[in-house]
Amino acid sequence: MSSSETQAETPAPAVIEVRDLVTHYGTRQILNGVSVDIVEGEIMVIMGGSGSGKSTFLRHLMALQRPTSGTIKILGQNVWALSQKDLFNLRKKLGVTFQGGALFSSMTVGENIMLPLYEHTKLDRMTMEIMARMKLEVVDLAGFEELMPSELSGGMIKRAAVARAIVMDPRILFFDEPSAGLDPVVSSQLDDMILRLRDAMGMTICVVTHELESAFKIADRVTVLDKGDVLFVGTVAELKSHPSERIQNLLNRRSEEAEIDADEYLRRLTGDKLEAEGMPR
Amino acid sequence: MHGDTMNDGADQNARLNAAQRSFDWLGRSAVSGLEELGRHGALVGESVYWIVMGRRMGQSVRIGAIFSEMMEIGVRAIGIIGLMAAAIGAMLAIQGIYSLKIFGAEGHVVVGVAFSMVREFAPLITGILVAGRSGSALAARIGTMKINQELDALEVMGINPVRFLVVPSLLASMIMVPTLTFMSMALGLWAAGTYVNVELGISLAAFMDQTIDVLTVDDLLHGLGKSLIFGILIALIGVINGFLVKGGAEGVGKATTRSVVQCISAIVVTDMLFALVATL
Repeated sequence: MSSSETQAETPAPAVIEVRDLVTHYGTRQILNGVSVDIVEGEIMVIMGGSGSGKSTFLRHLMALQRPTSGTIKILGQNVWALSQKDLFNLRKKLGVTFQGGALFSSMTVGENIMLPLYEHTKLDRMTMEIMARMKLEVVDLAGFEELMPSELSGGMIKRAAVARAIVMDPRILFFDEPSAGLDPVVSSQLDDMILRLRDAMGMTICVVTHELESAFKIADRVTVLDKGDVLFVGTVAELKSHPSERIQNLLNRRSEEAEIDADEYLRRLTGDKLEAEGMPR
Repeated sequence: MHGDTMNDGADQNARLNAAQRSFDWLGRSAVSGLEELGRHGALVGESVYWIVMGRRMGQSVRIGAIFSEMMEIGVRAIGIIGLMAAAIGAMLAIQGIYSLKIFGAEGHVVVGVAFSMVREFAPLITGILVAGRSGSALAARIGTMKINQELDALEVMGINPVRFLVVPSLLASMIMVPTLTFMSMALGLWAAGTYVNVELGISLAAFMDQTIDVLTVDDLLHGLGKSLIFGILIALIGVINGFLVKGGAEGVGKATTRSVVQCISAIVVTDMLFALVATL
């Protein structure tokens, strides 16, 4: 029996298990019972249009926001049932690259990358500097340690943020809109880097994006969210051939605004204001 | 007749609505004030928790960060605070001599200057200047970090933002505001003594001797105790306004302004309450 056959018989375990996730902002429900599994070593792309709830979903996965109900298990641990100390320890196994990079503007690139090591390990300064340089080499930014974030381009900031996210060798890496604000060439380079990270370091990667091209290039599986519901979970090929009109609209960038009736449009504009004032919606 | 009744009804409704709105405003203001107070309390509680429990949680407060904040809040403010304290000391001496001359008692100016400077003006001017300089900077720094998702980044890296950002600023402020106040007292008294020496011919040494005779340890503790409270208030108000920033650059601007206004108001009101309680 070949090793690939053995792999095919034993599916990789889920490192992230989301069950019946419900979230509200005020009285408005954002996620309506989302359930998704992300298995070890895959690149899962979360897609959806504006207001689909994908950014909120990512904040839940990063344990930055408590849901109204439902459970999130990361590496087998129920995130919101953990003590503060256990949550800190779990977070050491996660890496996050934010949309704008979120590098600390008062620190150099090197200091930014060394910060998690400085806070969580007892390594000496020289070892931390060597590790930071190694991670910068992984993202093709070797030699940029002494620069301030304000001296970097948009693509460089994203790559430096990736270097910081992987400095603790996390098991799961999250990306929030990695292609946002980048030109197609830089965006494609970033996609290649994400694939390299998965292949070379065996990380599980979860990417939230609305860039179809990027999603098709990197995704092992795709989750499509629509108005707080999971519309689709599957491979890119399955997504492309899916008969659902909503999915095809998303893939072909067709707007659904024309399908909304006037009442629904007004409700979206005014949100809960009318309801709060006791007016019929 | 019927029309009059309708008009009366409309007037009554308008009056009721106005009263309702006033109560509504009063209620909302009270709730928002309590909420703000609660946030301050929670932040103090969380800061104390990290100071005490940080090491056990594997997240001790970095001494280097405290020193860095002390440099920013205290050492870099020495020049301007020293200048202001000296100016106020001289001003007190000028006004004191001018007023006391009326009674021919200008020789007693040292009593007024010593009490005013140590108990009142040194803590007040130091607090106001640190609020304008560091309270606003703290709100702007944390606010900018919030809109750039740097606070989220800290959280997901397993670094508690209160322990990392708030505790060093709070401790630095608690150490540096009383230290700067002590410096203000000394410089204010020196400037007053110098003016008195020129104007009345009383030597600086004699002025200082009289000052030490007049003042008690209680007076010194009164001024320093007040400044400690001012230090806590400045750090907390700056930090909370930073954490509450919403929107972009405009939100940071608003938070910065709000922080300065709240800090100065809190300092003046606390000063008055402290004086009232201490002199009862």
